[in-house]
Amino acid sequence: MTLAATAGLLAAGPAPVAATETHGFLSPTGVEIAFLLVGLVTFGAALVTVTTRQLVHAALWLVVTLGGLAVEYLLLTAEFIAWVQVLIYVGSVVVLLLFGLMLTRAPIGRSPDADSGNRWAALAVAVAAAGTLIWVVVDAFRTTWIDLDGPAAGSTKATGESLFQNWVLPFEALSVLLLAALVGAIVLSRKAKAESDSPSVNSRPVTGSSPSVPDSRNHPIGRNGSAEGTEPSEQEGAR
Amino acid sequence: MNDALDVTLRLLIVFVVFLTFPLIIGQTEHKVMAHMQGRLGPMYAGGFHGWAQLVADGVKFAQKEDVVPAGADRRIFQLAPAVALLPYLLVLLAIPIGPGEGAVGEVIDAGIFFVLAVMGVGVLGSLMAGWASANKFSLLGGLRTAAQLLAYELPMLLAAASVAMAAGTVSLPGILDAFEWWWLPWQIVGAIVFFVAGLAELQRPPFDMPVADSEIIFGAYTEYTGLRFALFLLAEYAGIVVLCGLTTVLFLGGWHGPLGADGLGWVWTLLKTAVLAFIVIWLRVTYPRLREDQLQKLSWTLLVPLSLAQIALTGVVKVVIQ
Repeated sequence: MTLAATAGLLAAGPAPVAATETHGFLSPTGVEIAFLLVGLVTFGAALVTVTTRQLVHAALWLVVTLGGLAVEYLLLTAEFIAWVQVLIYVGSVVVLLLFGLMLTRAPIGRSPDADSGNRWAALAVAVAAAGTLIWVVVDAFRTTWIDLDGPAAGSTKATGESLFQNWVLPFEALSVLLLAALVGAIVLSRKAKAESDSPSVNSRPVTGSSPSVPDSRNHPIGRNGSAEGTEPSEQEGAR
Repeated sequence: MNDALDVTLRLLIVFVVFLTFPLIIGQTEHKVMAHMQGRLGPMYAGGFHGWAQLVADGVKFAQKEDVVPAGADRRIFQLAPAVALLPYLLVLLAIPIGPGEGAVGEVIDAGIFFVLAVMGVGVLGSLMAGWASANKFSLLGGLRTAAQLLAYELPMLLAAASVAMAAGTVSLPGILDAFEWWWLPWQIVGAIVFFVAGLAELQRPPFDMPVADSEIIFGAYTEYTGLRFALFLLAEYAGIVVLCGLTTVLFLGGWHGPLGADGLGWVWTLLKTAVLAFIVIWLRVTYPRLREDQLQKLSWTLLVPLSLAQIALTGVVKVVIQ
């Protein structure tokens, strides 16, 4: 998912260039200029996201990127998609990301292991994916124009009708996929709980509270303590 | 020219509401809490029953030094209060207080999605503050904030989806236009789920584990001083305004009332919002803080099933009456 999202983000930047060049090249409208500028900002934020060496900054730049993408959707009159983008990606996915980072390791300053030896391979894959997506988008929508004065082409009503009339089968397939993932998550978490239960019953007398309490509480504090301990040395190294 | 004037006027009104209503609720909280606990509350500032207490507090906050801890991530630390506060200003734009297009800041086609999405962004401010403070209590507060948001976002969305199904639209003015009085008993479970989940998202007592002052000082806001701290407090009260306004619009019929719906619709909206805000304060005085595991349990084992049941009920009734 991350790879696909990144590729999508990378594609969002250059795509408007092609769009403005084929139409309204001599007299671009305000919306087209705004689309281009927001696209550049989004592209820049996406670049910073994958190149910065501060982990939490990367997550926060991802917020800018995904928010910029939502603005692009808005400019394309796809209002419903735009707000869903903000709700799901900015509101939930990034929060989950930050939660995971803070729970494990999120030092202030640079992370020494945030760089990877695969960066050239990653760049090649990203450029290839972006090139494919741009080619597909430009080829598919070359002569399609949105009439800004007419009824909104991406309103909730239009989106719902096209989703549930033309695209019911993919929608249902995705639903089944998500359901399978949900069931899988429940199965995995239940198994983990059953394994962690048996030692804790042996080591602790039964206190009457649910066994999940000490687990979930001790975990972040212990991790946090160790993260705090490593912080000063890293910061001294950085400054 | 006329259009520009219209837009400016609307923005100005929303901004004034944004600046005054949270203060009114804050002052009410001072006085209501005090009287519920057998105290008088603020009595001196401004003369009459301490009405200017929060103005005095504001002046005090503005005079304090703005401290950024040496080990903190400066820029994110300073940016966090704005990220926490601004989303509520945007949400206020979309809440209709009366019938017609004149009584809403901006008609948004996918209104429910807009308000819930933007409210969710506000939590990023707490997360940024918790992480950037370089303080283990702040980090704990940030973690608890994130865990709470993830748990309560789902029932809130499901409850809102139930109303959208009932009305057949996701636009807030559209929902109010479709409202009938019998929606009140029909959607009551969804209303309670939405309100409780919203309280948890605002980290109001009894869901204030992320800022639990007796164990982690003040959670993500521990290191903040002066105006930036005041901005976080303002965000909390602006959040109460937004949550009560949204519950009013989605579940209590907004400007619909037993009488005078045409000219005095906005009075009904404000009245319902004020009653809900009173309940928010009342809950704070009444209930002890929920423990972290109790918080999670309440959401996943009670609120989510209840909201799913509400959606099923909404669907069945909707099919039957058609």
